[in-house]
Amino acid sequence: MKLNTFTSILSVHIAVLAGTAHAFCGFYVGKADANLFNEASQVIVVRDGDRTVVSMLNDYKGEFKEFAIVVPVPSVLQKGQINVGDKKIFDRLDAYSAPRLAEYFDPNPCDRRQYEMARKDGSGPIMSAAPAPATSSRALGVTVEARYTVGEYDIVILSATQSDGLETWLRQNGYRIPKNSAKALAPYIRQNMKFFVAAVNLAEQAKTGFTMLRPLQFAYESEKFMLPIRLGMANANGPQDLIAYMLTKNGRVETSNYRTVKLPANVDLPVFLRQGDEFRNFYKVMFGEQAKKEGYRAVFTEYFWDMGWCDPCAADPLSGDELRKAGVFWAGGPGVEAPPVAPLPGQPQGRITPPRPVPGAAQPVMLTRLHVRYTPETFPEDLMFQETKDRQNFQTRYVLRHAAKVEADACPEAKPYLEGVSKRQEQEAQQLATLTGGDISAIRKKLSLPPAPPQKPWWEGLWR
Amino acid sequence: MRTLDARLFQVAFQALLLTAGVLLRDFSLLPAQMALVLASATITQAFWLRFFGLRDVGYLSPLITGFGLAMLLRADSLWVHPLAALLAISAKFLLRIRGKHVFNPANFGVGVALIVLPGAWVSPGQWGNDIGIGVWLVALGALVAQRARRDDAAWLFLAVFLGLTATRLFQLGYPVERGWDVFCHQALNGALLLFTFFMISDPMTLPDHPAARRFHVLLVAVAAFTWQFLFYRPNGALWALLCLAPLVPLWDFLWPGNRHNWHGNKPLQTTLAKSGKIAR
Repeated sequence: MKLNTFTSILSVHIAVLAGTAHAFCGFYVGKADANLFNEASQVIVVRDGDRTVVSMLNDYKGEFKEFAIVVPVPSVLQKGQINVGDKKIFDRLDAYSAPRLAEYFDPNPCDRRQYEMARKDGSGPIMSAAPAPATSSRALGVTVEARYTVGEYDIVILSATQSDGLETWLRQNGYRIPKNSAKALAPYIRQNMKFFVAAVNLAEQAKTGFTMLRPLQFAYESEKFMLPIRLGMANANGPQDLIAYMLTKNGRVETSNYRTVKLPANVDLPVFLRQGDEFRNFYKVMFGEQAKKEGYRAVFTEYFWDMGWCDPCAADPLSGDELRKAGVFWAGGPGVEAPPVAPLPGQPQGRITPPRPVPGAAQPVMLTRLHVRYTPETFPEDLMFQETKDRQNFQTRYVLRHAAKVEADACPEAKPYLEGVSKRQEQEAQQLATLTGGDISAIRKKLSLPPAPPQKPWWEGLWR
Repeated sequence: MRTLDARLFQVAFQALLLTAGVLLRDFSLLPAQMALVLASATITQAFWLRFFGLRDVGYLSPLITGFGLAMLLRADSLWVHPLAALLAISAKFLLRIRGKHVFNPANFGVGVALIVLPGAWVSPGQWGNDIGIGVWLVALGALVAQRARRDDAAWLFLAVFLGLTATRLFQLGYPVERGWDVFCHQALNGALLLFTFFMISDPMTLPDHPAARRFHVLLVAVAAFTWQFLFYRPNGALWALLCLAPLVPLWDFLWPGNRHNWHGNKPLQTTLAKSGKIAR
């Protein structure tokens, strides 16, 4: 039988993933007896008051007929509450909020004009990192509350009175669910939650013409602002990654039952990160190191910004139409376009300045991008969230400062400048080593230092 | 012999914990916010002492309030912290019933800031759940609470709240091992332990009669649990203590008891009453 893999696209860039794992919000249940593999899962959560829209992306690579997913939901969803979304929205959100590199070029120290820091966008943000990123149902106590076909998915909504019964029902109906799932299902059943079970309708899938499965979206009202990550851990080994794009009206979102920590950012780093995949690798290793340092017990903030603007812009902010597709129910409908971001020729890095408040204008949309690497031991509870009133922007931005090309004897200013540059490069190397837990000597080797004059010993000239 | 004021220990522990939090736990707290909240609390206290012409009342209480606010409250501007401190200390002087202030000042400051001030929030998860921290908080807090001789409040609150938490986990059908992990995760929440040992154990704002005190603490624990686990909202303990505080004067009326005195420091309400500024 085939190996069913569930990898999330973005995680491909970044995640170091170990072992067998299951998706964050529920079981991915294949019908093949093979290990299921899951890299970073991605989810968009839109919330205002109790109204919630959740979109889940699965980058399923196996046979469609073997795909199935079980997610606990707070109520029996009507057909209209379920939608098949567009993966592009995830890509857009990722691109907009991805960790980014900013480059600056030192002015020539011999150039006596008033310098302006030349800022240059290094061919757009280096998009690294996404994270970056045969008993009867009744006897089993399982009730089929509803059946729908939405897009390419056949959906069943179940309620259950006993977890063993639900496990048996799922097995009898051909879903391969992890062993001991009953134990993981029980708390959701006792909380009176329903189970959303989706499988691929092959005929409908063929009609769509897509070669991949599109994200599932559900809209519901619930007082619980949470993501059920525990169900997916039923028999996971090793850490799993989840990237959550939280879209709210008022402020930054954080977890209320775990620590939420900002990743180290706005740090000057060696310029070789500009080359090839260096930045992506840096981010991947750095995230791994920070997660390890926190003992896999913290949730990391990678980005928080009002979606009306950005500086520097890693990608255009989403248009009103795109936001609605992401589930932002208060966003303007079609026709409300995001301001253009393309930097004019000769202008510095792309930026969109904060919009002036216009009376009657659309309500703001705040994006918090959270990235968590969790293990079953370190995240014993589902993630609970709260929206704070914090509006301080944050982005994982790293800075490269290119030295000016100048000879030491070109002018009197050149020598002290070059001395400053080598000091600065040493600091950048040390910062890189600290952030990634890397070997400083290996980093030094990679650095091509400009020729700096040898330092005079401190005692030279003392006896003169 | 005069014993040391228990609040000296409390101030020292709060300063220690805050430092540890800022250094080790990545608190999003600026040094300027810390300085401003302490300064504002002290100045507000000085103002009201002068206004009421009070002597013999020290500055430990505003320091405790200031540290409490710095530990709990987070803000995206510099003015939220000092304003919350000003409101908290002013409420201590002005919102009095029969000479006793109604709200725990830090609790009041945080509550008002959350409701009214823009850009203010509380991060209940900020302490994490590391066992070491939990144990340390318990050890330090117990010392403070015992010195304040109303330790029964802290332990009773913890027992009821965690008892309800355990019952819920059992009722939700968690397997024992898993349930234990979740229980530990909830019981070692730094914010819960801080609340227990530094806020609900405040002897000045609990009922005077021991039975009434236990009854009130029980109510707070049940309300906190309900808020957090039945309505799924954060900061249950803070809201429960704040919303139920107005009942304390009623309990004191129904079950009068001996008012708490801090050692070596005349209680504010006695001084106020003596000076005839407020009715006893």
